[in-house]
Amino acid sequence: MSSDRIKIVWIYPDLLSTYGDQGNTIVLERRAALRGIPTETVNMRSDEPVPQDGDIYLLGGGEDRPQILAAQRLRNDGGLQYAAQRGAVIFAVCAGFQILGHEFGGEEGQPVPGLGILDIHSGRGQTRAVGEVVGDVSAELNVPRITGFENHQGATSIGPGAKPLAKVISGIGNGDGSGFEGAYAGRVLGTYMHGPALVRNPGLADLILTWAVGRQLPPIDDSWAGRLREERLNAVLT
Amino acid sequence: MSDLPLRSQLAVALGRTAAKMSRIAGRGDGSVIGGRIGLRLDPELLTRLAKDRKLVLVSATNGKTTTTRLITSAMTPLGEVATNAFGANMPTGHVSALASAPTARYGVLECDEKYVPMVLAETGANIVALMNLSRDQMDRAAEIWLLAGKWRRALEASPNSHVIANCDDPLVTWGASTAKSVTWVAAGQHWREDSWCCPECGGPLDRQDTGEDSDWRCRQCHFARPRPDWALHGDLITAPDGRTFGLTGLSLPGRANRSNALIALAVVAQFGVPPEQALPLLSQVTSVAGRYTTVEHEGRSIRLLLSKNPAGWLEAFDVLQPPPGPVALSINAQGPDGRDTSWLWDVDYRILRGRPVWVAGERRIDLAARLEAAEVAFTLVDDIDQAVMAVPPGHLDVIANYTAFQNIRTRYGRVV
Repeated sequence: MSSDRIKIVWIYPDLLSTYGDQGNTIVLERRAALRGIPTETVNMRSDEPVPQDGDIYLLGGGEDRPQILAAQRLRNDGGLQYAAQRGAVIFAVCAGFQILGHEFGGEEGQPVPGLGILDIHSGRGQTRAVGEVVGDVSAELNVPRITGFENHQGATSIGPGAKPLAKVISGIGNGDGSGFEGAYAGRVLGTYMHGPALVRNPGLADLILTWAVGRQLPPIDDSWAGRLREERLNAVLT
Repeated sequence: MSDLPLRSQLAVALGRTAAKMSRIAGRGDGSVIGGRIGLRLDPELLTRLAKDRKLVLVSATNGKTTTTRLITSAMTPLGEVATNAFGANMPTGHVSALASAPTARYGVLECDEKYVPMVLAETGANIVALMNLSRDQMDRAAEIWLLAGKWRRALEASPNSHVIANCDDPLVTWGASTAKSVTWVAAGQHWREDSWCCPECGGPLDRQDTGEDSDWRCRQCHFARPRPDWALHGDLITAPDGRTFGLTGLSLPGRANRSNALIALAVVAQFGVPPEQALPLLSQVTSVAGRYTTVEHEGRSIRLLLSKNPAGWLEAFDVLQPPPGPVALSINAQGPDGRDTSWLWDVDYRILRGRPVWVAGERRIDLAARLEAAEVAFTLVDDIDQAVMAVPPGHLDVIANYTAFQNIRTRYGRVV
């Protein structure tokens, strides 16, 4: 954290904000505030330069054409790659997750270059993955079982420079036949789960905040988010 | 009807029987099953039934059913009008609507956004009314940019169809602009989160709101808002000839219904029904398939509002009783609702602060988490009945999404 507050940069709500992605921003603000940590959120449209001093960068989901536009603009801007190099936290969902990788499939399946921040390759899968998804998170992240809703036709494979976020218990996940969901490397984390993911998974939200502030955070009352997580897990697994 | 080939007449008759059986069995109004059987027997049935009629297709993300109803009401001076009044808005419903009004020379058909190209190709509709496009049930609906692209190709291939389109919605404008003839209607756009970018080139759209008017243009290419033929300012409309008319007599509440009424006026003007004749007919519409209905129950006046997506919630909030009027919200996530509730996070619920709020429905915990984050105080209830009994006698607004709305309607009597 560069100052006394967490600076959250929501990247391109004009292009990448299809699945309640605003929820991830709201939940980070709220969980920080409940611990007395102030936040400053910048909703950064795609005609603006990426701020260099963000602590957390969020990317959401989007349709094919907006996804391609977002990738082009972020490549030209270069600011997000710079942020990744200096160790900023990046959390990306669905289309945003794919953009972080080396390439992804466009509307006709054509390869579109990504940002190369995360060692993943995405293409267009055979079928669309739509529905609830549940996964057990990589043990070193110390985050309980995660729940979300997926809606994508991507097939994403993880290279040696990244690790799977979770092993799928129910649902499709990365769609490359590996049985994995999402990927992370350092403080860059991507997932196909919206729902939005940080709302349904307080543990994941706190992981992002912990990375940003560089220390453990005291527990807070998760009442409704916790109940929501339990309810969704029960709905899928029982 | 008697001009139909024998096979088509048989298809219509069997479809009608099936619809009747379905109604008797209490399984809905039968329009879907009837149409399905008819189309199975004669795949060309929709084209045959549409022949020699003047048809209007009505499509949008929100307001289709209501606007279809308003147009139908305003067309009564022209004679009998066939219509799918109950929201069965796919070809099966269109077949039923036309088959059940064999002598009607006019038809007004609500059409699902995805089916516009197919239904336009099969019916060659005279008029296509296109109102708004926004995110809706992403787990089953088409991506809207893609959808608008399909409208463009369909309209280009249908040069005899006249389009009535809302030029305040950039995506609708783009979708309509390949049509050979268009009446542009400035019907307003309140939900703008899906139109920050130019549909033509992807560049940023610049907007200029002057209170009176709301202009937009692309910063990078030629694409800009067309000059409107019809306009709406508050509750005053301006017709193409410059005359103005008040919409204060409208029975349906809110700015969304003023937009719907304006579209209806522009449509019926194409058939020669002038605004002064149409307006009193629009005012006769007081509720549409249960929407906006007020039911009396245990001394409470419960008004039912249907909202299926973020843009719809914005319009529902617009018609709520002023604070501290109580409101009950009910959310389900069954097939017709969309099984993904993430859109709740696109709705700004802070407007509900300072009111008593009750939360019900199968996905009430999703809504509870959302309201907690928006710092809206609320009470969780098992069903709407609990909310009704908890409020003091008087008015209660209920906002629900599709299946939740139907459940409540069934509970309190299906008043149309």
